[in-house]
Amino acid sequence: MADIRYTLTELMAVTAAREIQDGEVVFAGTGLPMLGAMLAQRTHAPHCCIIFEAGTVASQLAHLPMSVGDPRVMRGAAMAAGLSEVFTYVLQAGRVDVGFLSGAQIDRFGNINSTAIGSDARHPQVRFSGSGGSCDIACLAQRTVIIAQHEKRRFPEKVDYVTSPGWLAGGDSRRKAGLVRGGPSVVVTTKGVMRFRSDTRAMYLASFHAGLTAQAVADDTGFPLDIEAAVETPAPTPDEVRILREAVDPERIFLKSNQQIIQVHSE
Amino acid sequence: MADKIIGLAEAAALVPDGATLSFGGFTTQRHPMAFIYELVRLRRRDLYLFGHSPGGDWDILIGAGCVKRVELAYEADEAFNTIGPRWRLAVQRGQIEWEDYSNFAMVSRFTAGAMGIPFMPIRSLLGSDVLACQTLSDQQRAADPRTSPRKLHVMASPFCAADCVVLVPAIHTEFAVLHAQKATEHGTVRIEGQTFADVQQALCADTVIVTAEEIVEEEELRREPERNPLPYFAVTHVCHVPFGAHPYAVFNYYDYDPRQLKLYHEAAKEDTTFERYLDQFVYGVRRHAEYLEAMGGAAQIERLRADPAYGYRPDLRRRRLD
Repeated sequence: MADIRYTLTELMAVTAAREIQDGEVVFAGTGLPMLGAMLAQRTHAPHCCIIFEAGTVASQLAHLPMSVGDPRVMRGAAMAAGLSEVFTYVLQAGRVDVGFLSGAQIDRFGNINSTAIGSDARHPQVRFSGSGGSCDIACLAQRTVIIAQHEKRRFPEKVDYVTSPGWLAGGDSRRKAGLVRGGPSVVVTTKGVMRFRSDTRAMYLASFHAGLTAQAVADDTGFPLDIEAAVETPAPTPDEVRILREAVDPERIFLKSNQQIIQVHSE
Repeated sequence: MADKIIGLAEAAALVPDGATLSFGGFTTQRHPMAFIYELVRLRRRDLYLFGHSPGGDWDILIGAGCVKRVELAYEADEAFNTIGPRWRLAVQRGQIEWEDYSNFAMVSRFTAGAMGIPFMPIRSLLGSDVLACQTLSDQQRAADPRTSPRKLHVMASPFCAADCVVLVPAIHTEFAVLHAQKATEHGTVRIEGQTFADVQQALCADTVIVTAEEIVEEEELRREPERNPLPYFAVTHVCHVPFGAHPYAVFNYYDYDPRQLKLYHEAAKEDTTFERYLDQFVYGVRRHAEYLEAMGGAAQIERLRADPAYGYRPDLRRRRLD
């Protein structure tokens, strides 16, 4: 069979899409989560219900939105309302199966910082956009998928500010904090895929992307990462790559064309 | 019934220095931008803003030095620019006072205000620094009665001690300014597409100003009253402002303007280029019609006009050129 050529962003979008099961209610944000949700809807999960926090339910996206408040999210939607309806009756009530999150820093328990860098929150060195709905999704979705750039400084022992709570200090600390459900299930990065141990809730490396080694991923992580069981991340199928490029993001808004091509031999 | 229609400049002049406000819309859609430009032109100072996910509406006000304090969840144009450039600089330079919440928390705060109750319980925020960390000090809070004395409060349910909720304080503002698709001279309003938190924001404000793409007959909107989200008596003033949300989108009317957004985001990175942007598009134009000429006039308006089959412009190129 022919070789498959894909970029890192395409691999991440495909890996994120595969976390969505058919029929699930998906709370998606801008960027890679939207690519993943649109791809899932066009491949293995045609009945997934995409929800945007700005007020739409069950969008059937024809064009990639630039924001969750983009008029494009109205396409094919079953319902349009406002933030209150979506956050209160859908998210808080436990009706979201999987939510997507991202951030500038992520620690070993999947706590995320998307607010500010610096030791004093009142005088940050670098300010980011802030929570938006991220904290709410992290607290109230049944599970979350985190997408991130993988660099040592972005994966510190402890994040400067917990915008979105993950497994907090591990073990049962999330439940003890009063959170009634949820928690991160997977972290998809530019280097690999991390999951969480069911007892300690610590992150471990499930897979590393083609061209890398498990040790290289651990070396780029700011906390000790268990790499014992790691395998190579499954490559996208030719269909997934084609749908991403032709149907999901033909303008290459997020699938930037200047990325290095990964080539693998398809069995 | 009263005729509530007034001019845009007249409406903006009602807002004094130091006023508390919220603006309708969400990141890249339906912000009352023409009204915002008027506030910048009037060189309003010490404004106190409440919002969930504003974008360039707040960013330009913050950059122009109009804003003293904000309570918010997010400030960016999402994929167009993942942080408001002037907001970031204002925080990093210590030029603004702020408190961080989440979108759900802010919307629940507006809801409590709209309902006339002091707070709302939510299940979010537990375990986060949004809950644990208070940016505005107790002294800053005590010095301004419009700021809640406490950011948040965690309590056990009185009906089940093991059940924990976070109480978020109600918001009350002097003004709410919305940009809607249609309104009547009596204040009946039609919002098409996502409503965001416009309804709750309007209902917790003393004075509600609605800028609208079209002014239509009362009878037209009363044919489908279930699509009119606000009681007309809650709306104080109505302004007719076509293309009033540019460079942001209005569902069924026009798309966002990637060219203008890029101009803004590039300019807003540096003080000198930001000042030039203000000179060219705000201070240097007297009325909204002149602004529309400055941004490209009729030709650009036609390029952005929504395709009725979609409610947006399906052939619009959005990719950033960097």
